Amino acid sequence: MFFRSNRGIAMESGFSRDNPCKVGIWRIKRRDARCPPIETPLIIRSNGAEEAVSHAFVQQLAWEGSIILKQIKDNRYLFLMFALPFIYFIVFKYGPMFGLLIAFKDYNVMKGVFRSEWVGFHHFKQFIFDPYFWKLVRNTVVINVYMLVFYFPAPIILALLLNEIRKGMFKRFVQSVSYLPHFLSTVVVCGMIVNLLASDGIVNQVVQAFGGEHIPFLMLSDWFRTIYVSTEVWQKIGWGSIIYLAALAGVDPSLYESARLDGANRWKQVLHITLPGIAPVISILFLLTLGDILSIGYEKILLLYTGATYETADVISTYIYRRGVLGADFSYGTAVGLFQSIIAFVLIYGANKGAKRLGAASLW
Amino acid sequence: MRKEGSRLFDVLNYAILIALCLSILYPLYYMLIISISDGQAVGRGEVSFFPQGITFATYKVILDNPDFLMSYKNTFIYTIAGTLIAVCMTTLCAYPLSRSKFFGRTALTAIIIFTMFFEGGIIPSYMIVNGLGMVNTVWAILIPPAISVWYMIIMRTFFQQLPNELHESGYVDGANDLQIFLRIILPLSVPVLATMVLFYAVWHWNSFFPAMIYLNEKIKYPVQIIMRNMVIQGELSSTQSAAAEANALGANITGLNIKYAIIFATILPILVVYPFIQKYFVKGMMIGSLKG
Repeated sequence: MFFRSNRGIAMESGFSRDNPCKVGIWRIKRRDARCPPIETPLIIRSNGAEEAVSHAFVQQLAWEGSIILKQIKDNRYLFLMFALPFIYFIVFKYGPMFGLLIAFKDYNVMKGVFRSEWVGFHHFKQFIFDPYFWKLVRNTVVINVYMLVFYFPAPIILALLLNEIRKGMFKRFVQSVSYLPHFLSTVVVCGMIVNLLASDGIVNQVVQAFGGEHIPFLMLSDWFRTIYVSTEVWQKIGWGSIIYLAALAGVDPSLYESARLDGANRWKQVLHITLPGIAPVISILFLLTLGDILSIGYEKILLLYTGATYETADVISTYIYRRGVLGADFSYGTAVGLFQSIIAFVLIYGANKGAKRLGAASLW
Repeated sequence: MRKEGSRLFDVLNYAILIALCLSILYPLYYMLIISISDGQAVGRGEVSFFPQGITFATYKVILDNPDFLMSYKNTFIYTIAGTLIAVCMTTLCAYPLSRSKFFGRTALTAIIIFTMFFEGGIIPSYMIVNGLGMVNTVWAILIPPAISVWYMIIMRTFFQQLPNELHESGYVDGANDLQIFLRIILPLSVPVLATMVLFYAVWHWNSFFPAMIYLNEKIKYPVQIIMRNMVIQGELSSTQSAAAEANALGANITGLNIKYAIIFATILPILVVYPFIQKYFVKGMMIGSLKG
C-alpha cells in the first residue's frame, strides 16, 4: 500500500517499530531517542480521492520538520554564503541543461523555447543520417585515439625521467621550463604554429636547408593530426607531469632499497615499484581524459583548421560551432551537442565501472 | 655491465630533457629575435640565432596601434575583475561544502560535481547569457566562468584538511560561522587563495572563446581576439599598412616582424611574472592533486 507524502516521495506504509524514523530523504540520525514512537501506522484511503494519514505520521513529519528547521537555523550563515554559488549553478549550469529542450524542438528565436514546435528526434536523425556524420565521428575518434596513445603517456614518461635525475638544480630548471607553455594561451600557441609552419617560416627554412621541398603544412589534411597532437604534447607535457611527480614523491623509498638489495636494476625498479606506485593516479587521470574525449580541443582546432583540412580536422565540436553558432542553426547544433555530451557521459560512466571492476582507482 | 647501462641511461635522459627544454625555449627566443630584426634579413632567412639589424620599430608600431592598446587594457580589466569575482564565488562555494555539519552537503556536492561531466553546451549557454541581457557586455566575460568545479574541489579539499578544533574553539567563543570564516579560516587560507588567484588570472588572461561568441564590438575585445584576427586569420591590412607607415619613416620591417612582436607582447606579462610565481603554481597543484 502506497501513499504520497507532501514531499512527493512514495513510501510504504507500516514502518518497523524499532526504527520509527526511517522516513524521508533527509539524512537524519535515525535511531534518535527524541523521536516520538509511532503508535499506529495506519493509512486510511477513502475512495482513492482523498488521502488521510494517521496521527502518528503527522507527528513524525512534524518532528522531522522541526529537525530540518533546526538544521537550517544552525547552518544559516553557511546557507547564506552558499546562496550565490547555488544560484550561479542553477542559472549557468542547469539553465543550459534546460535549454537542451530545443534539441527536440524547431527553435524559433521569435517564439522562444516554450512556444517553438516540438519535432521529436528529427534533428538527431538528420545528424546521424547525414553522410558527413561518419567523417565527423571518424575524425573525432582518430584524433582522440592519437591523443590517448601519444599525449596521455607523455607526462608520465617525463615524470619518470625527471625522477631519475638526482641533481636538484637541473631538475628544477627542466621543470620550470616545461611548465611554461601551459601558461601560453591557445591563441598564442596557434599563432606560433601558423607562423613557424608558414611557407616562409623557420620549419620550412630548415626543410629547404636540408634539400627538401617546402611543405604547406597547414594546407595539407595529412599533416593536421600530427601538428595538433605534437603541439598539444609540447604545450601540456610539463604541467601534466606535476601530478605524477607528486605521486612519485609518495612512493615509499624503502621499497627501492629492498629492490636494489634483491638485485633489481633501474629499469626493473621502474617496472615493479614506480609504475605500480603511481597506478591509481594514472587510472584517475585516464578516466578524466575519457570524459573529455569528444569535446576535446575545439578552440585549437577552430583556430588551426582551414577549408583544406576539414577532411581530417573537422570534429563534432567544431561542427557544432560552425553549424549552430555561425550558421545560427540553434536546434540542430544543440542536438549534436547533446548527442556528444551523452556519449561522453556514457563513456566516462562505463570506464569508471570498468576501473572499479578491475580494482583500479575510480572516480566515484 | 649494469653500471654501464645505467650510465648510458643517464646520458640519454639528460639529452632528452635538454632537447625538451630547447624545443620550448627556442621558439620563444626565435619570436623575440625576429620581432626586433630587420625585415629584409628575416626575409632572406638570415635570422636564426642572433637578431640582425636590431630595430624596435615593430614595437613602436604595435604601441601606436589603437586597437591593440585598447584590447590590452581590456584584457587587464577583464583579468582583474574576473579573477576577483571568481575567487570570491569559488570561496563562497567551497567553504560551506567543506563543513561536515553543513546540512545537505552531500546532495549539493553531487549536484555541483555532476556539472563537471554533463553540460548544456555552447548554444544553450549562449541562450541563457543572451536571455540575461549580458551579450556584448563585460558581464558575459566575467560571470559565466565564475566557478570552475575543479578549482572549487581543490579549495574544498584545502578547507577540509584544516583542523576542526579551529571551528570548535570559535563556537566556544561565541562566534558564528561567518565570523569564524572571516577571522580564522580566511587568514589561514592565503596559500590556496593565492593559488586560485593565479589559476583564474591565467585563465582570464588567456581566454578568447567567450569573447569571440559574446562580444561584437571591437572596443570591448580582449587582446586574444585582436591577436587572432591579426596573427592567425592574417587580417593583414592593419599590420601591413602599419609596417608600410613605419618603413616610410626609415625602419625596415614586414608583417611577419609585427606578427611575432604581437605574440611576444601578449606573452610578455606571463614571461615576466612566471619565474616569481612558478613555485606557487606547483604548490597549488599539489594541494588539490593527491587528496582530491
